[in-house]
Amino acid sequence: MKNLFFIFLLLLSAHAYAVEPSEMLPDPALEARAREISQNLRCLVCQGQDIDDSQADLAGDLRRLVRARITAGDTDAQVYGFIKARYGDYVLMNPPLEGRTALLWAAPLLALCAGLGIAFLFIRKNGGS
Amino acid sequence: MITEAGHFALILALIVSLVQATAGKNTALAPRAGVWLFALLSVSFLSLLHAYAVSDFSVWNVVSNSHTMMPLVYKIAATWGNHEGSMLLWVWMLSAWGFFAARAKNITPEFRARALSFQGMIAFGFISFILFTSNPFLRLDPPAAEGLGLNPILQDPALALHPPLLYAGYVGFSVAFCFAMAAMLENKVDAAWAARLRPWVLAAWIALTAGITGGSFWAYYELGWGGFWFWDPVENASLMPWLAGTALLHSIAVLEKRGTLKAWTVFLSVLAFSFSLLGTFLVRSGILTSVHTFATDPARGIFILVLLTIAIGGAFLLYALRAPAIKSGAGFKVLSRETALLLNNVFLFTFCVTVFMGTLYPVFMNALDLGSVSVGPPYYRAVLLPMLIPFALLMGAAPYMAWQRGDAATVAKKLVIPFLLTLLILIPLPSHHPVALLGFALGGWIVWATLGDFARKMKSNMALSYYGMIVAHLGFAFLIMGVAAATQWGSEKILWMNPGDRVEVAGHTLAFLGAETGLGPGYNADIGVFGVKDGKKEFFMAPEKRWYPVAQKETSEVALHLDGFSLLYLVMGEQDKEHPQRRVVRVYHHPFVAWIFGGGFLMWFGGLLSFIDRRRKRHA
Amino acid sequence: MLKFLPLGIFLLLAVLLALPLLQGKDPSFIASPMIGRQAPASPKIPRGQPALVNVFASWCVSCREEQAILKDIAKEESIAVYGLDYKDTPPALKKFLSATGNPFRDVTPDEDGRMGIDWGITGVPETFVVDKDGVIRYKYAGPITQDVADTILHPMLAELKQ
Repeated sequence: MKNLFFIFLLLLSAHAYAVEPSEMLPDPALEARAREISQNLRCLVCQGQDIDDSQADLAGDLRRLVRARITAGDTDAQVYGFIKARYGDYVLMNPPLEGRTALLWAAPLLALCAGLGIAFLFIRKNGGS
Repeated sequence: MITEAGHFALILALIVSLVQATAGKNTALAPRAGVWLFALLSVSFLSLLHAYAVSDFSVWNVVSNSHTMMPLVYKIAATWGNHEGSMLLWVWMLSAWGFFAARAKNITPEFRARALSFQGMIAFGFISFILFTSNPFLRLDPPAAEGLGLNPILQDPALALHPPLLYAGYVGFSVAFCFAMAAMLENKVDAAWAARLRPWVLAAWIALTAGITGGSFWAYYELGWGGFWFWDPVENASLMPWLAGTALLHSIAVLEKRGTLKAWTVFLSVLAFSFSLLGTFLVRSGILTSVHTFATDPARGIFILVLLTIAIGGAFLLYALRAPAIKSGAGFKVLSRETALLLNNVFLFTFCVTVFMGTLYPVFMNALDLGSVSVGPPYYRAVLLPMLIPFALLMGAAPYMAWQRGDAATVAKKLVIPFLLTLLILIPLPSHHPVALLGFALGGWIVWATLGDFARKMKSNMALSYYGMIVAHLGFAFLIMGVAAATQWGSEKILWMNPGDRVEVAGHTLAFLGAETGLGPGYNADIGVFGVKDGKKEFFMAPEKRWYPVAQKETSEVALHLDGFSLLYLVMGEQDKEHPQRRVVRVYHHPFVAWIFGGGFLMWFGGLLSFIDRRRKRHA
Repeated sequence: MLKFLPLGIFLLLAVLLALPLLQGKDPSFIASPMIGRQAPASPKIPRGQPALVNVFASWCVSCREEQAILKDIAKEESIAVYGLDYKDTPPALKKFLSATGNPFRDVTPDEDGRMGIDWGITGVPETFVVDKDGVIRYKYAGPITQDVADTILHPMLAELKQ
């Protein structure tokens, strides 16, 4: 399940304009994790970019921090938690799933079910001739 | 002098729009007002263009957004690269659409007058907005010696086309909106109405599709990230009307052919332009931060919100009052083409709601003091991808279903070969990227099923709009496959290179030959020269880093090489301070990325084919 | 009744969109999660008294202006201001402090910016109010102006001293 999630998150990841060669971790598996996590962290001094893409100083600092935590043995969840503790939920590109975001996550499925429901009621009501 | 004329014309336009708005019953006055409105706004817009073209620095708007060192084409584009100028472009587009509607032959004078009067109301609202809060004709006395320049990232040929196309699209949906209002007032919603509406929706949809695709391609090569869609709030603001407009096109098809889905089509006609208006609000109210937003203040935001409330609230109120009177058309069974198209609409509507929630949820949470979250690409991918599966399956199968009552066995039998062909193309594909496989499965399914239908109907005398549908659906399929391939199978190398160093990416060998300096209009360039060998072919690529001294900004110009449908994407980064010959080099290979933009182009082209279909027009 | 749903939803939306505009909320302002938490270990702040922590740098132009105001606050409220020198060097710091005067009880150098990240800063200057138990109570991003000092900091510090 985690792999599938990992793969979902790698979608649209063919970018990374800002990662410097000197930042990159020697272990490719750890570096890949660092890239994935960076792509899910918002650059707070930019407009809409993640820290993997942004050239801002703060983004570079956070990229290095992410790699330092990964090298120190943190799991992905721990790395996100570390950054979130300092910058809040806003820094996560993927909104957390909790009470106040329940409607956000449920909306697509609710809209689909409502739409399907209304559609089928309409079809039934009108019947074929 | 010319600027004064433009300003005066705008004031006159306000008066004319009021006349047009109140001319609901006067069938001669309304179209005449429409023509005058277009003429006056053209004078106004052209005068602003002129001010930019000659760098008239007595106009504050020109001073803020232009500079004498800018090439002429970018000076002209700067006219709409700012809030005030783009708002003038917006109302000009509105009047242009109104002008064509005023001259439409196939609508009754009463219908025309009603539709134009709603258009006039919208024009009145927005021209007031311009004159009272966002006047591009404000003067600077004494005139400035020089302008404040333009963001160099925006000095690009695509910039000249992207906003006007987008505006032609969003604002074009106003015709559908006004037609729906008029139809509701007259209580006449039927197949004939849908047939008359169709060309207007198609034309707007074509422009919007081109605008979005163009914008995406511009972002791809300009922003240096190889990204083409960022789920930025303003991008989403253009996607929502597009999704509603696409649903509307399909709904019109059902109403026109079968006389059913009347209330829903009327609703969608209102909804599409409502999303356009919402988008206008989001970009200019200061309620969202985005790289695309114009810097504005809340007072302007409130003004637009009031306009929105009157227009959309009014339309939905009319809908609530008149929809029950709209008599349903012929029914249809669950297994029928009508159902397939209705389900298409349900999915598109759901996608639209999803994008809407993702874009506005942070605003809602903020408004209710629930803290701040941000919604980024991971949300959209996670929720939209699963729904794409049934949507794509349906897109392939729908043309096989008969109107009114289909037969499951017949449809299934005809779909066997497309199904098998889909599986066949999956075999040679690399299997360790399941999402890419999924993308190709869905895209492939649409391709084979669509081609299968085409093969069956090729011999009959099909209307051009049928071929338009085929091309547009194929375009969508290639779009999906392009996204899957470019994002899943891409490769990259990021490294320091000295002159003489080589790197290999996806079968290409790149040799860094060194950096040179160069000059361009308004900038100094650091140009990296690379010799690339790809099997037998040899060629050069020259990415640049440009420094614009006036704007004090640095940009990066990407070097692209098209290799089949894939792109080799080369960016040159920072210089090593201690070893000035060394540079950071980023090489990416995006397989089949051209299918993304090509797919968008095909959708546009398919729409165009449908639009020029003479046979359908005669029916109206 | 279904027919009134679009109108109803739209009116709800209009209200939700109007609220932030009418309240004059700045969409780029994000409340810090550090508020209500224990202050990070650096700079070291003794307990028992409220304090201000000011993250600054010698290369930051707007940091100069606020130095005088910080000095005033420190004197008037008899509290300590602790400095975190973000991404700076000792010689530059010395020059900066001799030019602007030194409002700080103590300055901790943060050459790589890691400590600043622990405080959740996104730029300089940023100032934090820490209570006597070491809990962060408030964060202000941007240079402290006299207005901010009068309307926010003085009342807050007065309250925290009780």
